[in-house]
Amino acid sequence: MKKSVVSLKDINFKYSNEVILNNISLDIYDKEFITLLGPSGCGKTTTLRIIAGFETPQEGEVYFDGEPVKGLPPHMRNVNTVFQKYALFPHLNVFDNVAFGLKLKKLPKKEIEEKVKKMLAVVDLKGYEKRSVRSLSGGQQQRVAIARALVCDPKLVLLDEPLGALDLKLRKDMQIELKQLQQKTQKTFVYVTHDQEEALTMSDRVVVMNNGVIAQIGKPEDVYNEPANAFVADFIGEANILNGIMLRDEKVRILGVELDCVDKGFAHDQPVDVVIRPEDIEVVDPSGAKLVGIVEDVVFKGVHYEMSVRCHNCQWLIHSTVAQKVGEEIGMHVDPFNIHIMEKMFLEPDNTIITEVYYSDKENNTTTFLLEGEEVTIPDTYYEEGKKLRIVLPPDALYIAGDGVGMLDEVYIESVIWKGEHNEIILESDERKWIMQSDIDEQVATYVSLGFDFSKATICEVR
Amino acid sequence: MKTKKSAYLSPKNRFSLETVKRRRDSQAGIKSKRPAIPYLGWMLVFTIIPLLMVLYYAFTDDTGAFTLRNFVNIADYSHIFLYSLYVALISTLICLVLAYPMSFSISRCSERKQSIIIMFLMVPMWMNFLLRVYAWVLILQSYGPLDTLLQLFGVDVTLIGNTGAIVVGMVYEFLPFMILPIHAVMSKIDNSLIEAAQDLGCNSFFVFRKVVFPLSIPGIISGVTMVFVPTASTFLVAQYLGGDQLMIGDVIERVFQFNHNSGSAIALVLMIVILGFLVFMNRFGDKEAVGR
Repeated sequence: MKKSVVSLKDINFKYSNEVILNNISLDIYDKEFITLLGPSGCGKTTTLRIIAGFETPQEGEVYFDGEPVKGLPPHMRNVNTVFQKYALFPHLNVFDNVAFGLKLKKLPKKEIEEKVKKMLAVVDLKGYEKRSVRSLSGGQQQRVAIARALVCDPKLVLLDEPLGALDLKLRKDMQIELKQLQQKTQKTFVYVTHDQEEALTMSDRVVVMNNGVIAQIGKPEDVYNEPANAFVADFIGEANILNGIMLRDEKVRILGVELDCVDKGFAHDQPVDVVIRPEDIEVVDPSGAKLVGIVEDVVFKGVHYEMSVRCHNCQWLIHSTVAQKVGEEIGMHVDPFNIHIMEKMFLEPDNTIITEVYYSDKENNTTTFLLEGEEVTIPDTYYEEGKKLRIVLPPDALYIAGDGVGMLDEVYIESVIWKGEHNEIILESDERKWIMQSDIDEQVATYVSLGFDFSKATICEVR
Repeated sequence: MKTKKSAYLSPKNRFSLETVKRRRDSQAGIKSKRPAIPYLGWMLVFTIIPLLMVLYYAFTDDTGAFTLRNFVNIADYSHIFLYSLYVALISTLICLVLAYPMSFSISRCSERKQSIIIMFLMVPMWMNFLLRVYAWVLILQSYGPLDTLLQLFGVDVTLIGNTGAIVVGMVYEFLPFMILPIHAVMSKIDNSLIEAAQDLGCNSFFVFRKVVFPLSIPGIISGVTMVFVPTASTFLVAQYLGGDQLMIGDVIERVFQFNHNSGSAIALVLMIVILGFLVFMNRFGDKEAVGR
């Protein structure tokens, strides 16, 4: 059993009634490089700030070496943070910035000087002691910030998207430098990023977060190869995610085709998410292939060609070293162990509204009902007042309206996943969840106004 | 082999690059001085010419002949000079002591609250300067509200017609000029700097001493300048609140009414003293406050 330096137990964090973290538990082991990865608004930075002591969770406990640290202010915690925008002290030069923590510890002057010099050499900033921090480039400021945190010899170094402000080339160099630095100094690094490539490159373990919960914890290889759910598969790397039905053990049906897979233990005819990585699709002869599609687009990406193939109304992404001709019919084959079957993240909402007619207008041919306290009017439909209705809205009858003109306001976007032909968006209103189809990429974890197109709905009277 | 980089940096190339740049600047007009002309005109009419007139009057007598006698006369007012500087210094210090913690706590409020508080600070300034001074006369005068109240408690003091009353008036008048610049600087201190200091081991006292205070020095300097300069030279406040006690601004006003030349000379000396003070404050600022 590895020793954990920091453990989070059942952390719940709310910010003005909005749940930011929902029951997070996490063990951070000694000397590891662990990355909290997730889209913005997933709670990763909050988790970091809780460890640093800047935020106090409403519920749950943080342990340092098994000791609870509730109420311990940041300056008493043996952790140091590298802030997103460096947060270097503009009134101090490079030396004084790095020496800041050591001076507070009241170390002898000689020792401080030695340690700072050594640390500046480690981050490759020898001879920069007297420079003003404002005269440094972004990458150099970044390194000062890292030196300032490391020189205090903390148990844990927390890094909050430290490379976010750097340009691509520098970011790639710094990724490798950071990883080497971590190995050289043998410190525990907790790294926060929304960049999946960064996470895969540097980490010993990746914690994928979504909507305030941990979606998956694992080695980079495991998170990539065996994503726990469709969100992880979608967020890390590229993936074809399709709706499927598990017919029986080791048999799944997608797009009307039965395929062999290796997963077991699902219920009979259970709807599932099927994930296939683009590089796992083999191009074969169309005769005899189970999946046949037309090549629509071929893009050269350096190591491989990225092809978009239309198959049963669905767009498939294929990576292959051999280019196919646009317009050509190809067969596709996927090995059973490369077909990843996942439970649906949410029980699929059925978008059914059972309601009573609130009032109706015969002249204008409209019917109005109450939905979560709001009046919603169905045009071109007349039912008598008081009649009980059952309204079924197919996913494509929902749309995101402009602010204030939708029928339901403040609806939360819980997940957006590309399902071959369109985005499948799960939304949450005050009382229920909705499923929606859209060709537009909506931003997860935001609030939108939801509209309904009743011309696509099935409406019937019920008793 | 010569690399491309060194060729680029060779003096000849650099020269040509700079000439190109200079030409482009003048064409684009961004660095052109032409848009400044109206302002220069304004300054000429309302600053330079009056200054030259003061200079001219200070060194001439009423016939227009050159003389230094005006400056000899100033010696008569030296005690008022010193007294004015003393009042200005005391008022500035009190303003600083009151304004600094206040600005600090304002800057910790939410942005909405900050603008509301700042607005309330500005509201008295919408009223006429004289009215505000006169309000203090009403408050402080004998048998006025404050005097009556204090006498109820058996305290019998003269509240008006002394240095204390002048300082109260000055502090009241100029406190916003101390708060605004300090607040402006403090509210710009990035919260992540404070968190970084905490993270590195600062308790709240050290956060203040090592980060907030050094970063707020530019605000203190402009605040002190903005309060000291007008308090040293203002008039009317002492006339209304100080009784017989006059300040140099009042002296200039009175002398000017019957003798332009002496008045100009006193004004010139005051200007030089204040200029000296500004230079001193700026040098102090350069040394202490590298942070902005």
